[in-house]
Amino acid sequence: MAGVQVSNLSRSFGAHKALDDVSIDFADGGFYALLGPSGSGKTTLLRQIAGFDFPDFGRIAIGGESVERVPIEKRRIGMVFQNYALFPNMSVADNVAFGLSVRGEPKAVIAAEVQRALDLVQLGKLGSRRPHQLSGGQRQRVALARAIVTKPRVLLLDEPLGALDKALRVDMQIELKRIQREIGITTIFVTHDQEEALTMSDRIGILRDGRLVQEGPPEEIYDRPKSEFAATFLGDANIFRGDSTGNGIRLQDGTAIAAGAGAKLAAGAKASCAVRPERIRIATDTGTPNAPNANVLRGQVSKRIFAGNNSTYFVERAGQTLKVIVQNTGAERLAEGQDVVLRWSPESTVLIAAG
Amino acid sequence: MAGQVAIGSRSGLRSALPLLLPAYLWLTVAIFLPLSAMVFFSFMTELPLSGKAWSFTLDNYTAFLSQGLYPTLLLASLRLGLEVTLWCVVVGYPAAYVLAKVLKGRSREAIFLLVILPFWSNGLVRIFSWAMVLREGGILDTALNAVLPIKINIDLMYSYPAVIIGLVHSYVPYMVLTCYLTLQAIDGSLIEAGRSLGASRLQVLKRIVIPLSMPGLVAGAALIFVPVVGSFMEPRILGGRTGTFYGTVIEDQFVAVFNWPLGAALSFILLAVVLVILAVASPILRRAA
Ligand SMILES: Nc1ncnc2c1ncn2[C@@H]1O[C@H](COP(=O)(O)OP(=O)(O)OP(=O)(O)O)[C@@H](O)[C@H]1O
Ligand SMILES: [Mg+2]
Repeated sequence: MAGVQVSNLSRSFGAHKALDDVSIDFADGGFYALLGPSGSGKTTLLRQIAGFDFPDFGRIAIGGESVERVPIEKRRIGMVFQNYALFPNMSVADNVAFGLSVRGEPKAVIAAEVQRALDLVQLGKLGSRRPHQLSGGQRQRVALARAIVTKPRVLLLDEPLGALDKALRVDMQIELKRIQREIGITTIFVTHDQEEALTMSDRIGILRDGRLVQEGPPEEIYDRPKSEFAATFLGDANIFRGDSTGNGIRLQDGTAIAAGAGAKLAAGAKASCAVRPERIRIATDTGTPNAPNANVLRGQVSKRIFAGNNSTYFVERAGQTLKVIVQNTGAERLAEGQDVVLRWSPESTVLIAAG
Repeated sequence: MAGQVAIGSRSGLRSALPLLLPAYLWLTVAIFLPLSAMVFFSFMTELPLSGKAWSFTLDNYTAFLSQGLYPTLLLASLRLGLEVTLWCVVVGYPAAYVLAKVLKGRSREAIFLLVILPFWSNGLVRIFSWAMVLREGGILDTALNAVLPIKINIDLMYSYPAVIIGLVHSYVPYMVLTCYLTLQAIDGSLIEAGRSLGASRLQVLKRIVIPLSMPGLVAGAALIFVPVVGSFMEPRILGGRTGTFYGTVIEDQFVAVFNWPLGAALSFILLAVVLVILAVASPILRRAA
């Protein structure tokens, strides 16, 4: 097994920088999720690691060795492509067998390994089908089986579960995670699904316009986003903009919002505060008294969306719509149009420098 | 359910009819009518246009079997067709691959133009240019002797290789075009997937690229093989005395001997043989793919 280090990687297409000075250390045996909007360079990064494309600058090492001169087939990488890339001229079983058979493994070994891999992705009975006879989700699973059957050092997954329905997706997430742990394979996983990224990975990197915006363990990124972009891209966040007071901000109307201890910014500079919707408590005007130090804002409920285990309230306040998520505890629900008080602790508030 | 499908396809045909009609009318007029006239001629003793008395006969067809020369020449022509087709694959397929998968933008357009060029030049001009290149003291001979220290004599003119060279040059664009189209349609990620699974370039070529481009190879081979078997211009001009093939014999019947009925009969025998070969070969090739 082997970790992957990319250092100062840049790749331009014409004037467009698809990757801009990206450095990430993908730990040996780790499960790393790459998140980012469409066109942010996720696929481009995977392609550099796989060797399909070459960076203009920077270095890629797999297992501590630079792979600059290592051809694709010697990098021992398993890749699941965004468009699956199954061989249309071969059956499902032959697709999965391809990697073993070019290596010259004996037929009996291949047959057994292929069956095992197909069983793993719950496609054991479809080996004789052609790719075009499969559904999108089945194709994705074949692609996954094909990539892992060769026991690669690194698994590159470009949205491998995108076409699956919720139930199958959760099944496959668990399977994938189990396989990954079992063979301890370094996995780099591109996804659009934040929940998937949060639940599956032990590290997350967020890309935007070819730059690595932030990376770290899921909890850290979720709790301590370093930019408005990171805060709103991974999970939901209410953003307040104002002038820094050192450990918080002052809004235009003079209201102060305090951030948690440890927040420090030069006073006077433009800054923002981010608060997760589930961290805010909502109550009627006459509700619970202020806890000491709590941030308090008054507003009016404009809309409530009931989602079973929770409700989302949209609260209008000084021209801004704030989002508050309340667990369904059976407590009385607030009506639309109701005046409310929002409270949350400074510890739930992240201070972010503008820019 | 089945009824619905039938209705669907019937109404599809009806709406397609106005689109198909011009093409089929043209095909009927341009191919079917002259061809049926030729079928008619092939069963006659004399051409009715000549004013002589004529009657129906099978002699023109039996002549093929009774004179050993015709089957021998047909075999030679089939071999010529096979060889030219193979050379077209050898020359055309790599060219198509480079065009479809390696070159991009401007350089692709430029090379494409070079490939198509033989199509746009007159056939006779093309053949006579080769004659100038291949004959003793010709361009090839002079050029080679200018470079090489030893004196060698290159005289390919009026030889079997000259015929092959001329025919390959005339027909290789078909192979390039048909293969280019199928290669173009192969998603680059398939090749990358193959490589990432540990296959070398050669293995990817053998197991993914060639099988997926087989339809283009087969189409190109059919487009080349059939006319080459019946060709007469290149064999006559570049082959000289060695250039007697089935096609030149047919041509003789039409333009020199004026035995149209025999020429027509020989043509139809060729057509039948070629159709049988294609019918036998295409499933084999398809299975190989
Ligand atoms: N071969 C190429 N030629 C030109 N531009 C390219 C090429 N490949 C990628 N790009 C550009 O680079 C940028 C990053 O592309 P990339 O495919 O890495 O995005 P992505 O993050 O994978 O997006 P998505 O989530 O939609 O798959 C895009 O703006 C894209 O248009
Ligand atoms: Mg992508």
